[in-house]
Amino acid sequence: MKPHWAILVVDDEEVMCESLAAWLREDGYAVDTASSGREALDKAARRDYAIYFIDLKMPGGMDGLETMMAIRRLHPEASIIIITAYATVDTAITAMKEGAQEYIVKPCNPEEISLLVSRIIKVKNLQRENTILRKKLSRQYRFQDIVSKNARMHDVLGLACQVSSLRSTVLIRGESGTGKELIARAIHYSGSRAAKPFVPVSCAALAESLLESELFGYEKGSFTGATESRKGKFEQADGGTIFLDEIGDISPKVQVELLRVLQDRCFYRVGGSQEVQVDVRVIAATHIDLEAAVAEGRFREDLFYRLNVVEVRVPPLRDRRDDIPLLAEHFVDRLAHELGKDIRGISEGALRILIDHEWPGNVRELENAIERALVTARGWRLAEEDFAFLLQAANGRKSWAVPANTTLQELEKQAIAATLGRTGGNVKEAAEVLGIDRSTLYDKMKRYEIARA
Amino acid sequence: MAVGDVPLEVFASIRAVVAEQTGLPVVVGPSLPQPEHALDAKRRQYSSPAVLAGIFRQANGFSGKLLGVTGCDLFIPMLSFVYGQAQLDGQAAVISTARLRQEFYGLSSNTSLLLSRTAKEALHELGHTFGLIHCADKSCVMSLSTNIHQVDLKLGRYCAVCSRAIEEKVKR
Repeated sequence: MKPHWAILVVDDEEVMCESLAAWLREDGYAVDTASSGREALDKAARRDYAIYFIDLKMPGGMDGLETMMAIRRLHPEASIIIITAYATVDTAITAMKEGAQEYIVKPCNPEEISLLVSRIIKVKNLQRENTILRKKLSRQYRFQDIVSKNARMHDVLGLACQVSSLRSTVLIRGESGTGKELIARAIHYSGSRAAKPFVPVSCAALAESLLESELFGYEKGSFTGATESRKGKFEQADGGTIFLDEIGDISPKVQVELLRVLQDRCFYRVGGSQEVQVDVRVIAATHIDLEAAVAEGRFREDLFYRLNVVEVRVPPLRDRRDDIPLLAEHFVDRLAHELGKDIRGISEGALRILIDHEWPGNVRELENAIERALVTARGWRLAEEDFAFLLQAANGRKSWAVPANTTLQELEKQAIAATLGRTGGNVKEAAEVLGIDRSTLYDKMKRYEIARA
Repeated sequence: MAVGDVPLEVFASIRAVVAEQTGLPVVVGPSLPQPEHALDAKRRQYSSPAVLAGIFRQANGFSGKLLGVTGCDLFIPMLSFVYGQAQLDGQAAVISTARLRQEFYGLSSNTSLLLSRTAKEALHELGHTFGLIHCADKSCVMSLSTNIHQVDLKLGRYCAVCSRAIEEKVKR
């Protein structure tokens, strides 16, 4: 669709103006004409044209270049195409220097004009789309769009809002699914960096070497497969914010490099010898106990203090149950619309189930539960039976639950010790119950320092 | 109507295709002389707006569409040539056969190709008189052609969307 784009043709020769305008109208553009620079300025003041075709030589005091400059003062983003009957290098250079996007000599090939106009319009469409998306994005991530009436949550948001205009590093702490990234985005989009990029990086998802090149970029040939140089996330976020999620999971080597960036705001690309300077605000997040990680030597103390300049602790959903009805209504509204289901609200019985649930996965789990209920629901509102799966899951968890922060090795150790206890220290029997052979069990007992009885 | 000398078979071809595609009666009107008033001696081409104005003057109370066909090479001041021109959502249109001939490109004459190209351009310009703008479907006659290959790529018919738009316009 092109009709929303307008074009102004400016030429003192009526037949030139009208015939080009008619030709462009056949392509679907809204085209106006002006026979002088003055008339063009009057029209440009009243309407925002995407493209101006301006003839270089016009009588009456204002030639094409003057008209172009006056229009550019009015609409700096306007695309101006200067038309002339005779091409001279000097005038072409002057026109381009003063901001003309193109310079064409008439008569020109229809294909040339057609391609030129569609190329400019394509860029305009992308610019417009970009502006709309940016507006949408910042609207979605403003503090006032975060759904909560909980007093603790309000304190959290108040603090986050206060620091949004500063460059201070922020450490957001909270369990998985509490909305740490949402708060990081709200801080970014409410501050002075809102127009610049917000670049999220999930540190836990990448291996050490990958994370290093992902964060700092790399030079061509620095490792197998590096066929060209690439900017890292820090460079991409220049002027904006980098969000380092799951910061507690990064390796000691990356911790050292991160410390350097936080201290000096500069780093080297992988395989690079040139120092790269950046202006980036760092927001980090973690669900793990960083103080314990520091005490155990898994996380550098100096990095911890560098990151923990402003600490924002997001409460788990079970500690803000008063928000559950509000969040539930919000998710029903949004997801029903997205899924195209005509469901308007949630019954009191169903709300009671949601309020009583433990929500180990926090707000994200609540959102997923509501989406699942919406998919299978048959009524006009969500009822108790639509959340039957939550009750089953809760019962299942009550019978046996993995303790928080348990490693796979710890679980294996506990399983072996418990089985040996039940078999009275009989290794052969325990190996059969565990489904492994005797020698493997002996190895594991030795490794975990488990005695027979 | 012919503007200057135009072979008769061109009219037969246009008449059949336009009647089939629009469902409207097509008659061949009186011929106009070679449009010497529109000749630009320097460019050795004919001004399309001037030829179009001459065709429009023939309306004389006639309420249908007027299509002029000429062998003259047409131009508008900004462009090196045009295959045709029309009054958008208006009454008159003109097409030129000059650049639809194989001979223009140094190739040997091909009458059936000429007739097919002429019919496509006639449908295209008449489409503009019904208010249609260029179509994004490259096989539709309403798609923009800026070179002869693009003319040949088009099928000699309106796409479903353009066809419906003309139908609605005719009903009104």
